[in-house]
Amino acid sequence: MIEQKENINNKLINNQEIVIQIEHLKKSFNKNAVLKDINMVVNEGENVVILGKSGIGKSVLIKCIVGLIYPDSGSLKVFNKEIAEMSSRELNTLRTKVGFIFQGNALYDSMTVKENLEFPLRRNKTITDPHIIDGLIVEALENVGLVDTIDKMPSELSGGMKKRIGLARTLILKPDIILYDEPTTGLDPLTSREISSLILKIQDKYKTSSIIISHDLNCAKITSNRMLILHEGVIRAEGKFNELKNSNDEWISSYFKTD
Amino acid sequence: MKLNIRKIFGNKVAKENQDEFDLSRFKNVEKILNEIGGLSRFTNNFFRELFRPPYEHTELLKQAYTIGLSTLPLIGITAFIMGLVLTLQSRPVMAEFGAESWLPGMVSVSIVREIGPVITALICAGKIGSGIGAELGSMRVTEQIDAMEVSGTNPIKYLVTTRVLATTFMIPILVFYSDAISFLGSYIAVNMHGFISFPLFINQAFDALHYNDLIPATIKTFFFGFAIGIISCYKGYFSENGTEGVGKAANSAVVISSLAIFIIDLVAVQLSEIFNIFSF
Repeated sequence: MIEQKENINNKLINNQEIVIQIEHLKKSFNKNAVLKDINMVVNEGENVVILGKSGIGKSVLIKCIVGLIYPDSGSLKVFNKEIAEMSSRELNTLRTKVGFIFQGNALYDSMTVKENLEFPLRRNKTITDPHIIDGLIVEALENVGLVDTIDKMPSELSGGMKKRIGLARTLILKPDIILYDEPTTGLDPLTSREISSLILKIQDKYKTSSIIISHDLNCAKITSNRMLILHEGVIRAEGKFNELKNSNDEWISSYFKTD
Repeated sequence: MKLNIRKIFGNKVAKENQDEFDLSRFKNVEKILNEIGGLSRFTNNFFRELFRPPYEHTELLKQAYTIGLSTLPLIGITAFIMGLVLTLQSRPVMAEFGAESWLPGMVSVSIVREIGPVITALICAGKIGSGIGAELGSMRVTEQIDAMEVSGTNPIKYLVTTRVLATTFMIPILVFYSDAISFLGSYIAVNMHGFISFPLFINQAFDALHYNDLIPATIKTFFFGFAIGIISCYKGYFSENGTEGVGKAANSAVVISSLAIFIIDLVAVQLSEIFNIFSF
């Protein structure tokens, strides 16, 4: 009966399952309250873009989702499991289902591209056959269009290529959720558009759910199914890109002014 | 945080305008205590992960190879000069007492008991400690450690246990190597002012050595290695504030490791003197 109730709670009106549920989340660093009362959900197969000024706590929020930072209070459930109550083993298992693309790519700079992709695979999957591992690496690199970089070192790659390799490293574990921390920051407009299209392509191919932290309105426009605006520690606005852009609230529409 | 002295020590101690004792003046003490606490927790995590599978054999061997091989030339040169200089400096004093023939024995005891382990450990603290501090520090600030964590890999196990084990087991080996090279330097120095055959030099050097010279000296080198590894990993692992933080991590890894080497040496010498554990 309880299970049934939980299942009902876990469904949205449009019958999509909730994969991330955050309620009254708070996080402070010393006396600086960064997240004051965050309430949000991410549904299965949905791309949610979070907009907000720099230093407002967007990265802190997604780091809480993977347990890199623990919130001070509130509830944070991923696949209906409370993060704070997980053992380290459970958390590690969850982390294989939740990919994270770091703002600075975070490629292991002492390893080649192949070794970067091999690293999570060897530690989290029971595959030992080198042919299967090689096949998975090539498949992940094909997804991001960079098979020819397999033996290169990260220092030999451009910013856009590093982003793609970071994405390939995340994809190799076939995650159900991907968290993107400013995926287009520091890239030229053309490469930004390519990365945004790649995010969409991945969502379509692997049916992933995503949270995308971004300042880039073009990226938000291309990738978002729904957008949230984070301001002063709370979610101040929520809606589709065009709804927010054409909002009567001047404060919200000011986010979309390009000049 | 403020304490009322009048309540704690009574009226005699507290003067009228010094009632409130501001603990913020002791920020440095608080910082040192925090560091000691942090390092203790980190060491506890190291031992917890050390015995928990999976074991990172390949990374351990890679680290041991890198640490050993990268320091070989530097230690070789330093040890050679150390043996040479020690012999040249000691020779006039020994000659004054007509005890030049004791030179190989005196030098070997000095090198094996004290100078070899301490100098080698200090060189390793500089070379290996700064390397580990900077490497882990840069991995921290570029979020590579976080990336490892979110991909389900335990960074303490993969990065820390392997490096600490590698330093713990490689430094004693490097000390033996350093001692051997120092003997060679000493042999050349002895021959600069006279002649002694190599077998005779070695015979005299080893004649003066006992197990109670060798064993405590060897045991303390494991502790030197452990201290270098754990302190450097700790400083690098918790590095912050970008590239500036990486520099600070590397620097403090060297400074604290060097200090730890002297403290361990002091304790080791006292313990071996007090208990005379290894008198054979």
